[in-house]
Amino acid sequence: MAATLAPERPPETEARRAYMGLLARAAEGRAAALLAEAGLAQPFDWLRRPEIGTVMVRGRAGGTGAPFNLGEMTVTRAALKLACGTVGHGHVAGRSRPGAEAAALIDALMQTGRAEEVEAAVLAPLRAEEAARKSARAEKAAATKVEFFTLVRGED
Amino acid sequence: MYVAVKGGERAIENAHAWLAEERRGDTAVAELSVAQIREQLSLAVNRVMAEGSLYDPDLAALAIKQARGDLIEAIFLIRAYRTTLPRFGASEPVETSEMACDRRISATFKDLPGGQVLGPTFDYTHRLLDFKLAAEGEVPPAPSREADEAHVPHVTAFLNREGLIEEAPAEETEPRDLTREPLELPADRALRLQALARADEGFTLGLAYSTQRGYARNHAFVGELRIGAVAVEMEIPELGFAIEIGEITVTECETVNQFGGSKTEPPQFTRGYGLILGQSERKAISVALVDRAMRWEELGEDNVGAPAQDIEFVLSHADNIQATGFLEHIKLPHYVDFQSELELIRKLRREAGAVPAQEAAE
Repeated sequence: MAATLAPERPPETEARRAYMGLLARAAEGRAAALLAEAGLAQPFDWLRRPEIGTVMVRGRAGGTGAPFNLGEMTVTRAALKLACGTVGHGHVAGRSRPGAEAAALIDALMQTGRAEEVEAAVLAPLRAEEAARKSARAEKAAATKVEFFTLVRGED
Repeated sequence: MYVAVKGGERAIENAHAWLAEERRGDTAVAELSVAQIREQLSLAVNRVMAEGSLYDPDLAALAIKQARGDLIEAIFLIRAYRTTLPRFGASEPVETSEMACDRRISATFKDLPGGQVLGPTFDYTHRLLDFKLAAEGEVPPAPSREADEAHVPHVTAFLNREGLIEEAPAEETEPRDLTREPLELPADRALRLQALARADEGFTLGLAYSTQRGYARNHAFVGELRIGAVAVEMEIPELGFAIEIGEITVTECETVNQFGGSKTEPPQFTRGYGLILGQSERKAISVALVDRAMRWEELGEDNVGAPAQDIEFVLSHADNIQATGFLEHIKLPHYVDFQSELELIRKLRREAGAVPAQEAAE
């Protein structure tokens, strides 16, 4: 339903949305660890220090109808500015201040000349880890898929 | 009336110290970590998240530890913590049709696109105690099988195609929010679904069961039950577009119920709906049944006076934190109230001549 309503966005926005989502979903501490390992971190100034809060998650009645408030989730957000003036925003599920900082820093770096390095050292491994985690779960679910056999009925 | 009293500070301190000691239990037994609770008592964690109305498995696990496993006390802790946090906003409605399903079953269709996926279920277990679990040991890895990446459509979507079931067309209304305004009646369906999502599981189960036993029976089949991960998207004003802020597990139940229809509309199946934070299928099915019962007026059914049809009754009593708060406060000091009651009953007894002069003189 949303696919049909989704606005057309420029490709660079779509790319940014994709990696910001990846950072938000990543296992706690992974993005910060990969960034540190690659030595890509840069000094920055805070625009908004990491802040823990909630987001009200909504659903739709009947799965497709009117929105309703399902319940909240914890989210941590941060915003920062590199020395060159590039601004990065981070939003991650849960209550990890270092996680939000790493997400914001990666967002900023992805808008600079270091984007390719960050992509290779941080985003690609995160993507691979997520794909492995998801497919492991999907494969276990697939193993519990019911195969029905039609039985021959006595009266036939 | 509750009246503040002074004194007892030392007793209270000591009681809390003893509580901490009892919480820890026998120190010869290893202490439980929050991570162990999160990983190994995950359905308790899920219940605390659903009824605490806050998705955060670590916090829920901590609350369970602090509450010594009393889940309502743990829910209370989560509700209290939640009020200390700023709210960044509301998400886009989650797309449950895009769920990465761990489990997806239908009691109404055997062969359905996407298949029947049992997932990690207690169904078909024999409910015999497994004494092997009393001994520690490694668990063999669960079997896996190649998964097709196919999108798993909602079951109601096929029935919709034939026009056999009422539709739930998308609306973009701003839902009322129980956490921001007190419950006011009449409560529309959005408010009811929010209240039921955080309602006590036992209360909701009992009401749902009552509809099955004939108190506003609505002949529910589980059209579909699915459990899995959905992405949560939110519009970020600073960015000017929506991003995913995380992924959460939810449980969704859609029931297919007996017919509505009128002079102008041909008979159609009707629907009940339940969506719950975390994995909680008993709760999701219960909510769907109660949701359907509450829709009696909209669907042109009679109010037969059944408890599940009484929206005011259900919504006023479904929240276990409100309920336990009011219930348990009666154990706190009410000395002044009780003193006046004592005086009253003595006076009444004197007037009734039921009291010996000796007692009356006191």
